[in-house]
Amino acid sequence: MKSSFHAWRTRAAGALAGATAAFWGATAWAVDNIGEPTDRAIDLQPGVTQLRHDAIFFHNVILLPLITLITLFVLALLIIVVVKFNRKANPVPAKFSHNTALEVAWTLIPVLILVFVAIFSFRLLFAYNDMPKPDLTVKATGYQWYWGYEYPDQEIGEFISNNLPEEQAKAEKRPYRLAATEPLVVPVNKVVRVQVTAADVIHAFAVPSFGIITDAIPGRLNEIWFKAERIGVYYGNCRELCGVDHAFMPIEVRVVSQADFDAWVAKKGGNPAGAAAALEAPAADAAATPAAATEAAPAAPSPATPEPQAPAATPTAPPAPAAN
Amino acid sequence: MAQAAAHDHDHGHDDHGHTPGFFTRWFLSTNHKDIGTLYLIFAIMAGIVGGALSGLIRWELAEPGIQVFTEGSWLAQIKIAGVSLIEPSKHGYNVVVTAHALIMIFFMVMPAMIGGFGNWFVPLMIGAPDMAFPRMNNISFWLLVAAWVLLCCSLFVDGGPGKGFGGGWTAYPPLSTSGHTGPAMDLAILSLHLAGASSILGSINFITTIFNMRAPGMTLHRMPLFVWSVLVTVFLLLLSLPVLAGAITMLLTDRNFNTHFFDAAGGGDPVMYQHLFWFFGHPEVYILILPGFGIISHIVSTFSRKPVFGYLAMAYAMVAIGFIGFVVWAHHMYTVGMPIELRAYFVAATMVIAVPTGVKVFSWIATMWGGSISFKTPMLWAIGFIFLFTVGGVTGVVLANAGIDYSLHDTYYVVAHFHYVLSLGAVFAIFAGFYYWYEKIWGVKYNEFLGALHFWITFVGVNLIFFPQHFLGLQGMPRRYVDFPDGFAYWNHVSSIGYAVTVAGVAVFMLVLIESAIRRRKAEANPWGEGATTLEWTLSSPPPFHQFNELPVVKPDVH
Repeated sequence: MKSSFHAWRTRAAGALAGATAAFWGATAWAVDNIGEPTDRAIDLQPGVTQLRHDAIFFHNVILLPLITLITLFVLALLIIVVVKFNRKANPVPAKFSHNTALEVAWTLIPVLILVFVAIFSFRLLFAYNDMPKPDLTVKATGYQWYWGYEYPDQEIGEFISNNLPEEQAKAEKRPYRLAATEPLVVPVNKVVRVQVTAADVIHAFAVPSFGIITDAIPGRLNEIWFKAERIGVYYGNCRELCGVDHAFMPIEVRVVSQADFDAWVAKKGGNPAGAAAALEAPAADAAATPAAATEAAPAAPSPATPEPQAPAATPTAPPAPAAN
Repeated sequence: MAQAAAHDHDHGHDDHGHTPGFFTRWFLSTNHKDIGTLYLIFAIMAGIVGGALSGLIRWELAEPGIQVFTEGSWLAQIKIAGVSLIEPSKHGYNVVVTAHALIMIFFMVMPAMIGGFGNWFVPLMIGAPDMAFPRMNNISFWLLVAAWVLLCCSLFVDGGPGKGFGGGWTAYPPLSTSGHTGPAMDLAILSLHLAGASSILGSINFITTIFNMRAPGMTLHRMPLFVWSVLVTVFLLLLSLPVLAGAITMLLTDRNFNTHFFDAAGGGDPVMYQHLFWFFGHPEVYILILPGFGIISHIVSTFSRKPVFGYLAMAYAMVAIGFIGFVVWAHHMYTVGMPIELRAYFVAATMVIAVPTGVKVFSWIATMWGGSISFKTPMLWAIGFIFLFTVGGVTGVVLANAGIDYSLHDTYYVVAHFHYVLSLGAVFAIFAGFYYWYEKIWGVKYNEFLGALHFWITFVGVNLIFFPQHFLGLQGMPRRYVDFPDGFAYWNHVSSIGYAVTVAGVAVFMLVLIESAIRRRKAEANPWGEGATTLEWTLSSPPPFHQFNELPVVKPDVH
């Protein structure tokens, strides 16, 4: 059942994607830009997780055609009214003001449409909620105005991820205001659980191509998950107004192979064996390690001290994690 | 405009005794029409300020990088006593975004719809000589002025990170508590307290007036739909504003008296504030649009020369929208970490609102169907409203789905959605009503060509601003960003061009006001002919200072 649903979804989405690309000059579907916004694009950023695929399907195949049809229907009615019932065309107005059948129809038909939408909507919502057994847990803490990442299982203590300064981003040909000094590194095709909280004010951890967002709230530990199916760099942003540099605390997620991940963990001084997932020998391939720019970068807006310093930093008694 | 109005009132009605002198009339007013006029002038003034602030936003966002809110920009040169009027910094941008929202909601749309049109036409439409509590009406207006003064003060005092409060109109703690330590936030809180008190007093006044002062024969089910819409609106205000007042009072004590209602470190919960805020905030958005529904019904009926289709369904659709509006608040909070069952409930409840809203849209079209429509300026705005509100409505259905909200939450898609229903919905309804009742209020005619020009330029402009924002949102551009990645450049630029077009529309609106004030074409009692059936059209334009000294008697077919 599920597979047929997905097959249909994939075909339908593919057809729609093709049509859109043909119509809009394919800008939105340039493969090398997956993971970041594309200028002039008019649709959702492509996804690299099943949840995002499902969300894109729900939006592009169910919701968007539906709302377009409804809007065009209303527009058509308005045009008919304007053409047929203007004072010249129809000098004597009708006097009716009731039509029970019609009124029942335009109450019930929307109800049916909404029930139809709700079926897909709830499926998606519950899919978000059904986190498989996580292979990796990452803790992301929002600060004014940077992120702190921690890998408790790998024994990697919190490190700080700042906005990559403009000159450096230019020099490295990475997107300014999206690239970070330290990325969040995760293995491909593994269920990653992200536990999100904040130390000072409310932030929000959002990565569009994973289709995930959850608020980072002091005193709460929110949980989201993703399983990225493609190696690459995916950018996200803080999405809750958090003060002066709200626009300058990007999220950079590097999805790498398990071997590269283990190498990265080792380089970070962590313990790859701590991972619940496969225990591959740490490869010495340092090529895929994230730009070792942290020390060189004079971390523009905020101090890149690895210790959280805000008073409400550690939630004293975090409530049970609410999956999001 | 004020002069035009005052002047016309001076010799517009010789049959009902003298009018008070200028100061008594406009500063100590107890006359519902004069207070309505004051509200309208206030709303126009606030609209210009709020619109100018949105200009700063669009100017800043016209291209990537920070051009306006930075040292050395043209904005930094606008100084009073050597200090920049608006702080040229990223914080200044947040302050402007916050002020734009608060001004447009509390000082433009609400005063225009409820204070302005409500005060003017609720008593006229129900055949009452005035509001039930004329002196309370006066204090409602002047409390709003006081609230405005406090809000303006808030812009120019220390907020913590800089001058003014930049935490968004939602003022979520801890950003509004430990994140803004200066007095600017306290002033903003007190401003909202006063604006809320003003609205609560006004609501009590309207409820009493509508329940007790209808003319003989005007049963609730014969009340004009605008009166129905105001009745529902003021009930929403009366029930939701105290919750806001409670929430912001707790903010105030958290800030100043060491309480910890919303402070996690002290055992409080920041999310509790969001629940309280949106318990007010969601009804608030219906407060902004419901009177517009009423206005549109009258205009559509008048210019189609047909009675409103499905009157009772229209009235009770508004009641239903108002009721459901109270049980959907947490759809603003899908991402805070609520239990799955709660999220599922709020998805379902939110989608239900589409049903009565659909009833209204289709009933408006059915009212026009078979009619003999003349496309005068108010009708243009009304038809524009119906279409654009539909666009905003369907994107609301998209956002209602929590599963999609995870892709669109706090992006420009949301900004586009609520501007379609408010900036293009509520504001179009305000302009529709403004032109519809122009002669009745000001006693002079407006220029039909300029009115139509105003509509078309605005229609093009606002769509150019807000339609591309859907694309930005889908691509993931977050709200309230002073600067954005290059991948969002193009549609932001288009959006900013749309703003320039809209400014041209506002200029034409000013021209309409000036032209009519100079030419002074004498208004007719009923310029719209047989389609205009409500009681205000039985009076002169402008109406006498005191009307209905002998109460009219309403027969069954009037509404």
